[in-house]
Amino acid sequence: MATKTKSKPAGSLQMTKQLYQQQASKFQPKRNVLLNSLRAFWVGGTICLLGQAVQNMYIHFFGFTEKTASNPTVATLIFLSVLLTGLGVYDNIGQYAGAGSAVPVTGFANSIASAAIEHRSEGLVLGVGGNMFKLAGSVIVFGVVAAFVAGILKSLINMFF
Amino acid sequence: MSSNPHLKRVSRQTWHFDQNVRLQSSAVAVGPKEGEGPLASLFDVIHDDMYAGQNTWENAERQLLEDAVSAALKKAGIAGSEVDAILAGDLLNQNITTNFTAEKLEIPLLGMYGACSTSMLTLATAAALVNAGYANRAIAACSSHNATAERQYRYPTEYGGQKPPTAQWTVTGAGAGLVGIGGTGPRITYATMGKVVDMGIKDPLDMGSAMAPAAVSTFLAHFQDTGRKPQDYDLIVTGDLASVGYPIVKELMLAEGYDMDQVYNDCGLMIYTPDQDVFAGGSGCASSAVVTYSHIVDQLNRGLLKKVLVCATGALLSPVSTQQGNSIPCIAHAVALEGGQ
Repeated sequence: MATKTKSKPAGSLQMTKQLYQQQASKFQPKRNVLLNSLRAFWVGGTICLLGQAVQNMYIHFFGFTEKTASNPTVATLIFLSVLLTGLGVYDNIGQYAGAGSAVPVTGFANSIASAAIEHRSEGLVLGVGGNMFKLAGSVIVFGVVAAFVAGILKSLINMFF
Repeated sequence: MSSNPHLKRVSRQTWHFDQNVRLQSSAVAVGPKEGEGPLASLFDVIHDDMYAGQNTWENAERQLLEDAVSAALKKAGIAGSEVDAILAGDLLNQNITTNFTAEKLEIPLLGMYGACSTSMLTLATAAALVNAGYANRAIAACSSHNATAERQYRYPTEYGGQKPPTAQWTVTGAGAGLVGIGGTGPRITYATMGKVVDMGIKDPLDMGSAMAPAAVSTFLAHFQDTGRKPQDYDLIVTGDLASVGYPIVKELMLAEGYDMDQVYNDCGLMIYTPDQDVFAGGSGCASSAVVTYSHIVDQLNRGLLKKVLVCATGALLSPVSTQQGNSIPCIAHAVALEGGQ
């Protein structure tokens, strides 16, 4: 048998993990950062432009002020995002745009709606209720913690200066 | 090698089947995307929706497995009651596709898990049971479903996260093969069972890189144990290494002194065309099962291929092991199929 000449048992690889990872990396296609950035820029920008148009609409036609118009504007964007998620379109936009569709409020809405849809088959309470914040939950947790720390810092600074 | 034609145990890893064990019939059932692929004309059942007429994706996967097993039995012209065992597995926790489907089939079940290597794990074990006389006929089967795999291993299907180009597309489908002694169909001659190999790859969205060394390990054992060379086969396939793992295997094998050129392909590259938006290629238990139990068996039966080695590769990770920072242990099992009718 061919193994006679080798001391290692059959089927052993001679290379180290480190060497393998180096060798494998040349076959791993990399993300195109420039192209991804451009796509993120124009899709993200378009979503923000849409938000601005919606806000202007609320101000000009429904008598909101610039400050009060933000709530219905965000609600409208969330509605559109959830609708597109339900129609099975938002994940395709996300694959194309990356951060461009993940960072705006629409991406946050998508993470909640997609989890809710996914777990619907496990029931309303333990399925939808228990899982819809599976992805968004950590954003909320760290958002609240960051706001708390920032609030404390602000109070301390006001106290001493 | 094996001067004794009745040698069963060739080595720790390689089994020789000396009893004219044959893949007497086989069948596959697939989802819509696979039904648009290049091998579609050979598929027995093609569902044009991901739900396969069911209310959940999990039920759809069970339907696919049931369809594949039923079609394989029908092709052989026998009833489930004439089969002594079904060896099957899938990717879902606690093998629920297999266990729930086997309840309907009423065939004694040996549930097995080898991630995407399950297709050849079950086929090799079925052949061993039949060769040894513990079963007159046994079915080897496995399934995977894109949406159930996404839910379990990754994110909700409608989540808009961007996947890297090294990611793969889990094949929606199931394959089943009926193993028995004599009759027609390709002979199952050797099986080489893999050892778990972990070369430290941690990215669950790059399973080609993770699994390639496991395939190489099993190939090396197979060639050393049987005395065969890659060129002794008309075709050697891996299960689902896709466009990342495939060239890695070629290069590693060449470095070990085995030129795989001309004879080597990958089921994950064969089941879709590049314009089907599947990232690096197909993956999942069904990748190797669907290609083997349709295209490869067909080619063997028609005499277009004489000797084929199918090496199914599996990434033995779980979402918990990934999140806890573990690298991905992988395995590969190879089965040699020869002749035809």
